[in-house]
Amino acid sequence: MISPIAKTFKSLFLVELLRGLGLTGRYYFKRKFTLRYPEEKTPLSPRFRGLHALRRYPNGEERCIACKLCEAVCPALAITIESEMREDGTRRTTRYDIDLTKCIFCGFCEESCPVDSIVETHIFEYHGEERGDLYMTKDKLLAIGDKYEKEIAERREMDAPYR
Amino acid sequence: MVNIEINGIPIQARDGAMVIEAADEAGIVIPRFCYHKKLSIAANCRMCLVDVEKAPKPLPACATPVTDGMVVRTRSEKALDAQKGVMEFLLINHPLDCPICDQGGECELQDLAMGFGKDASRYTEARRVVPEKNLGPLIATDMTRCIHCTRCVRFGREIAGIMELGATGRGEHTEIGTYVERTVNSEMSGNVIDLCPVGALTSRPYRYTGRPWENRQSVSIAPHDCVGSNIYIETRRGRLMRVLPQENEAINETWISDRDRFSYTAVQGEARLARPMIKQGEDWKEVDWHTALEYAVEGIRRVREQAGSEQIGALVSPSSTLEELYLAQKLLRALGSDNIDHRLRQTDFRDQDLAPVAPLLGSTLAELEARDAVLLIGSFTRKDQPLAAHRLRKAAVRGAAIMSVSSLAYDFNFDLAAEIVAAPAGMVNELAGIASALLELSGGEAPEGLASLLAPLAISEAHRDIAARLREAEQGSVLLGVQALGQAELSELRALAGVIARESGASLGYLPDGANAVGAWLAGAVPHRRPGGDETGGRDVDNMINDGLRACLLLGVEPEFDTAQPARALATVEAADFVVVMNPFVSETMKTYADVLLPVATWAETAGTYVNVEGAWQRFTAAMEPLGEARPAWKVLRVLGNLFELDGFEQTSTDEVHDEAREAIGEVTPATDSAWRLPAARTVAGEGLQRIAFLPIYGVDGLVRRAAALQATADAPPAAMYLNGALAAELGLSDGESAVARQDNNAVTLPVIIDEGVPDGCVLIPQAIKGVEMLASATGRVSVERA
Repeated sequence: MISPIAKTFKSLFLVELLRGLGLTGRYYFKRKFTLRYPEEKTPLSPRFRGLHALRRYPNGEERCIACKLCEAVCPALAITIESEMREDGTRRTTRYDIDLTKCIFCGFCEESCPVDSIVETHIFEYHGEERGDLYMTKDKLLAIGDKYEKEIAERREMDAPYR
Repeated sequence: MVNIEINGIPIQARDGAMVIEAADEAGIVIPRFCYHKKLSIAANCRMCLVDVEKAPKPLPACATPVTDGMVVRTRSEKALDAQKGVMEFLLINHPLDCPICDQGGECELQDLAMGFGKDASRYTEARRVVPEKNLGPLIATDMTRCIHCTRCVRFGREIAGIMELGATGRGEHTEIGTYVERTVNSEMSGNVIDLCPVGALTSRPYRYTGRPWENRQSVSIAPHDCVGSNIYIETRRGRLMRVLPQENEAINETWISDRDRFSYTAVQGEARLARPMIKQGEDWKEVDWHTALEYAVEGIRRVREQAGSEQIGALVSPSSTLEELYLAQKLLRALGSDNIDHRLRQTDFRDQDLAPVAPLLGSTLAELEARDAVLLIGSFTRKDQPLAAHRLRKAAVRGAAIMSVSSLAYDFNFDLAAEIVAAPAGMVNELAGIASALLELSGGEAPEGLASLLAPLAISEAHRDIAARLREAEQGSVLLGVQALGQAELSELRALAGVIARESGASLGYLPDGANAVGAWLAGAVPHRRPGGDETGGRDVDNMINDGLRACLLLGVEPEFDTAQPARALATVEAADFVVVMNPFVSETMKTYADVLLPVATWAETAGTYVNVEGAWQRFTAAMEPLGEARPAWKVLRVLGNLFELDGFEQTSTDEVHDEAREAIGEVTPATDSAWRLPAARTVAGEGLQRIAFLPIYGVDGLVRRAAALQATADAPPAAMYLNGALAAELGLSDGESAVARQDNNAVTLPVIIDEGVPDGCVLIPQAIKGVEMLASATGRVSVERA
């Protein structure tokens, strides 16, 4: 219980206010950690889960074997796969779609993939200008994979000891 | 009954039952691979090892009979240790390629490995690799995955009656395969796909296209034969993915035929008709439904006004649903015409007024396997109704006498007790001989009117043998099959079969073609009977084809393949003023004779009812939306009724049509005891050889004819003529040479194949396949000469 005298003293001399001002002042002169995005960027973990990509083996063969585990595990039902037997007798997708507007970037697809085909890259700066731009098809996903293969491989290398 | 205890639960088990059966009945799970309730016990996978009290070592539950007071533990440390050990051995050589394996998600090994497997392998030596086997266009193999449960081998030996699959080598070198490199040729081979507990045997048409967890299962009935096998249709995103058997002990047990399993590929095929079309001059124009239906109604009305209702007729497929058939006959009869027929492959209608209310089997399918003697008349049951043949095979294996009188030495998968092969016309004499032998045994009198058929015959030993076996049998059946029903001598055959059945105490039954022949008879899709059997008078299919029609409705029928008189039927529809085609498919031939093409749903896309040969009404629902703008045929027929402004076409669901049909049909007593009279004498017109028009298993309807995988099997015969060597020599023909077969004014050139199984004076030319559709008749005479 605060005594009436102490209460009167505190309110008369604006103690609380001054204390607050003090805190403001302290931070006013402290070193800033706000980044000037987009000129400056935060460091990213190699496990960052951004835009999806489909990878290829070094010989150019697509990794995906249409096992459909990512489709099964996807909690947002964002992945749609259709498959067939390719002419050489291997199991391949004829359609591999990810609806990014449904995707919640949980990374389960990447976790479930037995051949490291579907990955979530470090890319988070992308946009769509038209309806359908964020509906990623197999061709688009493979193109992303081809373009950033070096970075993707580097990041997976860095993360490998912890898996 | 004996009392045993499994995991502390007291259980009553049948004497002689195995522990695994008792456990299954009580709902206690014991892991297993080689055990299957429909196959013999092999006990070679050792996965079902359980701990039995007082036994020093774990015992296989599938091969250990129950004894009174037995105490079994399936989850004790000893049992689990044994099961885990077996699993580790199995996984040594099993590849870890689940992600590309089609069995993934429905794999028994995968499931059990989750429960009994280790997370890491201790095995570092080389693994075994087995080359793939070629088992034909239906079954894909990855033999490295095989765990040698031998279910497929036992299936072939015990169920399918083929000795083609077997295990060679020992120990790690064991391989499952065909002894000589060739494909598995069985009408039930697809069942090994379901039996295989791993991904060694998988479906070739389904290969790599789907996963079990994404398919939606619907319950349906197989649409190709009168057995009415229960099936599951699996769809994904509105696309039919595959067909699987549904267990029904009374009908198909756990099996289905390859025809039922693989015909689905045509449902998604390119030959489907997606939009209604009408003929404008020489061009075909896609139109909306309303325009097409108005056009159809207008055309039929015009013919009706000009030529009268007599000139309107409908040919309907015996594989249409009961609802479609009921509405089709209702529409025709409301238009004042009785000309509707589903008996497209029948040519003899002389005694149709005496025919039973429906061509029923005369027993249930399950009773068939308890028969002591069965006489098959003109029936290649093995290919016509594979699941009925499976029952006959079981009877034969049990020791029953299965006998055949037909025009070809059919290749049955069981031993026939007696077989008579005769030319189609000669079959009458053979049956008369059997009937006479029976009368001789019983000392009875020949039934009035049939004496002239029976009198002048010499009774042979073969006749006496068949007669004696039928007479001795406690339960016997006389069955008329697809070949007999299509013969020009059907009336005589039916009358004699009736005498044979009556004199021997056997039941008389039928094995007709089409999935719903019984339903068609009941629903009144015959010219001379209304629903329920009231007599009326219309023109049968033979009359319609030969005397012509001015307006014609074809429901699921392609005249050049589905009728017994392909060339004549084609000429009739071409000459008709107005032809309405209701078919899921479109062909170039259709476009030459049709005026309106209405796309209707396949069986997978419509609800309906099939009445099987036992008389069981089996209803099913649509598994998916019809392709494109196709609509279920019952809806199209209903709207046609509305547009003709007829009463009684206000149904809003198949349920309503079904109930209405059921009421109209009433309670039907399946009396197959046939009346008979001496059929009016009839000679087959023309000169030359008798034609045996074999109906191939994969030619029976539009769906199977378009199923690519089935057409690639050995059961799809080439268009050819088969003659025996003596006859070929007489005609100056040799194997592989081309010859011309002539009927009416039509001629086709076909290669000659020498086959000693074809009787003298006969030429076998299959029907319902491409290349022979220009022959006039399945029963007429054929003149054959060198090309």
